[in-house]
Amino acid sequence: MTVSAFTPNEMMTIAASRALSSDDVCFVGIGAPSAACNVARLTHAPGITLIYESGTIGTAPDVLPLSIGDGELCETALTTVSVPEMFRYWLQGGRISIGFLGAAQLDRFGNINTTVIGDYRRPKVRLPGGGGAPEIATSCRKVFITMKQSTRGMVEKIDFFTSFGHGEGGDHRRRLGIETEGPALLVTDLAVWKPDPETKEFTVVSMHPGVTRGQVQETCGWKVRFADRVEETPPPTELELATLRDLQARTERAHGGKKGA
Amino acid sequence: MAKFQSLREAVAENLRAGDTVAFEGFTHLIPHAAAHEAIRQGIGDLTLIRMTPDIVYDQLVGMGLAKKVVFSYAGNPGVGLLRRMRDAIENGWPRAIETVEHSHAAMANAYEAGAAGLPCAVFRGYRGAGLKEVNPDIRSIVCPFTGEELAAVPSHRPDVTFIHAQKASRRGDVLVEGIVGVQKEAVLAAKRAVVTVEEIVDDFEDLHPNLCVLPHWTVTAVAHVPGGAHPSYAHGYYGRDNAAYLEWDRISADRGLFTRWMKENVLDVGPEAFAARVRGL
Repeated sequence: MTVSAFTPNEMMTIAASRALSSDDVCFVGIGAPSAACNVARLTHAPGITLIYESGTIGTAPDVLPLSIGDGELCETALTTVSVPEMFRYWLQGGRISIGFLGAAQLDRFGNINTTVIGDYRRPKVRLPGGGGAPEIATSCRKVFITMKQSTRGMVEKIDFFTSFGHGEGGDHRRRLGIETEGPALLVTDLAVWKPDPETKEFTVVSMHPGVTRGQVQETCGWKVRFADRVEETPPPTELELATLRDLQARTERAHGGKKGA
Repeated sequence: MAKFQSLREAVAENLRAGDTVAFEGFTHLIPHAAAHEAIRQGIGDLTLIRMTPDIVYDQLVGMGLAKKVVFSYAGNPGVGLLRRMRDAIENGWPRAIETVEHSHAAMANAYEAGAAGLPCAVFRGYRGAGLKEVNPDIRSIVCPFTGEELAAVPSHRPDVTFIHAQKASRRGDVLVEGIVGVQKEAVLAAKRAVVTVEEIVDDFEDLHPNLCVLPHWTVTAVAHVPGGAHPSYAHGYYGRDNAAYLEWDRISADRGLFTRWMKENVLDVGPEAFAARVRGL
């Protein structure tokens, strides 16, 4: 069967969505994570529980929210709780299986910066900050990350530790007394990465159709490790592609030209 | 005991220069009209507390009324950065501001601790995170039972909290439904609380018994301001004006455009302008 042409961003969102299952309870970040989680819900994982930090639990929006608290999230949720309850009972209480995050800067060990570029006191760029992410990164059982590859984003050393990933690698999380698994998956517009079981360094396990190792390296600020056997990511199916495009078209109509993804 | 007042009176009586103030609302029910009234009255030197200081804190900071912002996410949600707040941090325009940065979990816990009358909040947070290196208000405490090291932050105790809500009864009891955010805690943590509402009704007798209600004796003043959350939203009344949030990115990008917009849409109008803004949403 021939598959329609697709963009690297579409491949990223769809590859990320495939990592989710109906059994997951997922704390969803805005942007690409939100698109991936909703594509999963609308295709192979209809039972997935999506939680946004505004307090909406089990939400099923028809369009992607522009913010974490759009009205549609509450209207379609199983229940909505207060923000203190969200962070105390549900996140800190260990009820959430996957935290799905984006990053402005990321290093090879899944440490994330969304706070500042440059020095904290004299920033070159002041970014929005962590919001819920510092605790999402340590309280959800696993963390998935999705971002577009660039040498500015995927860096040797992040400027600020907004969310702790695997630190310096190896057992660094354990040494800090963090019992959750941490970053377990990175999906970019070019490849799927998983941490090495020992060193915890993100390693390319699959490249999207047509992507070369050279492209992966050129858009990454650290020396890329490839798994012994690198698979090719299966291209989007017609259903996955149609679901994502319908979702984005509805979203664009709803938000006046902005995709929310 | 809740006093029914015009917004102008409620702000003048409850907000003073130099106060620590929270205009809370988690995406939903953000008290824009109340903050605009504070801007019109030019009440300055404020310490602003807010989990997500979005557009309305961008406006307060851009007008030079804030000396300090305590926050956990300084973005325009889904759109980008807060350009006026960034300009103040990066370039000191129109004045430099001090920032105290936390995570959402810390802010939510700090309000809850304030509401509970505790001096600090204890939670499992900031593990491996860089904020504890740059914010001296983030410390740790050892659990006396298990020995586990936990994060501790000072509780929030605003001089005054402003929130927007759907309804107040004639007695001043307040109903909030939909995304309830951290508003209840922010009110109970504060010395004074001002609530703007969409509607004033006789009582809540025909409504669900468990809707979030702040009893009238927890509220200092109630002001009737239909549309007072715009461009945020009031569940059951009007939707979020996402286009306005997108438009703010353009307005706030330019100091001159920002200044003109504030004159035309805040300084030269009154709280009654809000009702028209939500018509059709």
